[in-house]
Amino acid sequence: MDAIFLQILNGLDKGGAYALIALGLTLVFGTLGVVNFAHGALFMLGAFCAVTFQKLLTISKQVKDESITFFDAFKEQPYLEIWFGDFGTTIIDYSVPLSILFAIPVMLLVGLIMERGLIRHFYKRTHAEQILVTFGLAIVLQELIKSWFGANPIPTPAPEIVSGSAPVGVLLGMGESVVYPWWRLIYLAFSAIIIAGVFAFLNLTTFGMVVRAGMMDRETVGMLGINIERRFTIVFGLAAVVTGLAGVMYSPILPPDYHMGMDFLVLSFVVVVVGGMGSLGGAVAAGFLLGILQSFASMNEVKSIIPGIDQIIIYLVAVVILLVKPRGLLGREGVMED
Amino acid sequence: MKAPTLKKDLFVMLIFSAVILTMPFWLEPLGAGYPDLLQKFAIFGIFAVGYNILFGLTGYLSFGHAAFLGVGSYTAVWSFKLFTMNVLPAIVLSVLVAGLFAAIIGFISLRRSGIYFSILTLAFAQMSYNLAYSVLTPITNGETGLQLAKSDHRIIDRLFSEAGEGLPSTTFFGLEMSGYSGFYFCAVLLIIAFFISQRIFHSPFGIKLQAIKSNQTRMKYTGYNTRPYLLSAFVISGMYAGLAGALMATTDPLAGAERMQWTASGEVVLMTILGGVGTLIGPMLGVGIIKYFENIFSAMNEQALHQIFAFMPDWLADIVVAITSPFVGEGWHLTLGALFMIIVIFLPGGIMEGIERIKKLFSRKTEKPVQQAEDNATS
Repeated sequence: MDAIFLQILNGLDKGGAYALIALGLTLVFGTLGVVNFAHGALFMLGAFCAVTFQKLLTISKQVKDESITFFDAFKEQPYLEIWFGDFGTTIIDYSVPLSILFAIPVMLLVGLIMERGLIRHFYKRTHAEQILVTFGLAIVLQELIKSWFGANPIPTPAPEIVSGSAPVGVLLGMGESVVYPWWRLIYLAFSAIIIAGVFAFLNLTTFGMVVRAGMMDRETVGMLGINIERRFTIVFGLAAVVTGLAGVMYSPILPPDYHMGMDFLVLSFVVVVVGGMGSLGGAVAAGFLLGILQSFASMNEVKSIIPGIDQIIIYLVAVVILLVKPRGLLGREGVMED
Repeated sequence: MKAPTLKKDLFVMLIFSAVILTMPFWLEPLGAGYPDLLQKFAIFGIFAVGYNILFGLTGYLSFGHAAFLGVGSYTAVWSFKLFTMNVLPAIVLSVLVAGLFAAIIGFISLRRSGIYFSILTLAFAQMSYNLAYSVLTPITNGETGLQLAKSDHRIIDRLFSEAGEGLPSTTFFGLEMSGYSGFYFCAVLLIIAFFISQRIFHSPFGIKLQAIKSNQTRMKYTGYNTRPYLLSAFVISGMYAGLAGALMATTDPLAGAERMQWTASGEVVLMTILGGVGTLIGPMLGVGIIKYFENIFSAMNEQALHQIFAFMPDWLADIVVAITSPFVGEGWHLTLGALFMIIVIFLPGGIMEGIERIKKLFSRKTEKPVQQAEDNATS
């Protein structure tokens, strides 16, 4: 029972990450009709926003180490600590959550530049060409990051206070053996908030209404005198921010390295396809579904029956869904039909 | 458009063979005349030429062809381990197994088209890759990669001779498969592969594939069931990939799962696009350029750059070196990515389209306008 509860929690947590990553991809596809293979690169850039912010906070100065008295020893001390003392240390400790504030403007800018500079010129070209050019862009971004930050993963720890495990079992009265890492719970809550935020933005605001109208019929909206192009640019920026934030929050779970984007790209495409291209609800549903399926597939009991199932379950589900239900779980009619 | 005759094809083939076989000589002054690189040219040439049969003719963008390459490699190494060090059975087996594999994956994937097809092939390739790393370790030897060992059976070899000292090397009836003889072996296979692809391009089958690319719905309306044609093209290109994989194992008897990763499929797409999709020579050009510059650029470092820009004033040279150094050595992929973007944005037809444009630029002045109008109408 405990094991199953843990697996469900694990699945929800994984699913939250998948849904969050796929959300931006499907948003771009649903509004702009662009297949963006550079989406994984955006995720990676988000994670590296956290890295950069942490590096900025810990810019250090060499000071004399007072604790060693035999000889002159020096140590690196961040300026923040020198200036603000303990408060500075706290800020550095919270660098990952704080870097959200840093990542929002950066990712927005990246998204806007990308849409204006490149994606816009590919609206009218074939999907194959869109895939190819964004694939090229993904390589370029990834290699730039590699030449700047090196090839090794850079650890970006979560704040001290949430680095341990949460006694979920005790809180829910299920026994003390049930524990779960705090940060993963935070990630789950965070992705729920962001997903809800995006849905609220699209469904409750006038801006969102126009964007939804544009998704349905771009020409008519244009004829009503609305500058739909500009709104789409903003939507792309928004998608970049959502993806980037997913990356920022993921950095304590997986130390960022330059090729993490490519690893997540395939996954996010699978989620989007399973959910139905261009369907936001579908992406979220598929994200959670695949997350839970995967965490159950990696249970030892299941693995002993079908060896290797944990490695391929996601792709297997994608293949089955595509063959049985070509539009995906919640795909709309007329989007990317054969 | 008049379909080129067999005679013309043979003529093109002769030139192609001459160019390929003399590569060691004319690449010498360019600094690429050594066997390792030449073998790579030939092997990736086969891979790209085969990929072009699918992507170039039918327009189906597969992101899973590396899986067939990997399957080919594994099969070849297993053939070396179990039967004989002769490469002939290894190659035949690899091509057959890769073809079978492609038939299964193609049968399922080709139920969808467009982006869904790409994702399906991608999913299958990732599945193969993940399985090769985990459950299939007894077959693939996981992360270490499949290698030859002294204790291998080699049933057929044992019939004729006792096991010798050390690891045996791959041969083609006594001909060593390393160095120049290895290159010539690959080159001959490349020429045969090229000729087959040329015949496919100009056969009724090839024309049908092209018709599928330009309008599949219409093709169906005229009464063709397009699926068998697509599947044949998919299997053929899969077999080409298997052949390339087998040759990789032939020149270096080692097979690793990283050959199956989807970025490896991306590489062959890059090569095909760079040269020119749907043209005969294009993919070969793409392979040549990418592999050549990969070799040159990745060997460069800042000192070499300083030497190149030594003719500039010092301060300028420093700036230029600072700008260009991320693009060489380790950063070769950056150059590749940037080059690729530029090609897709400005020259979607690749280098071959560039050549065509230049040709037109020169011929426009001499041709009469009427002639041109006719050309436009027919093409």
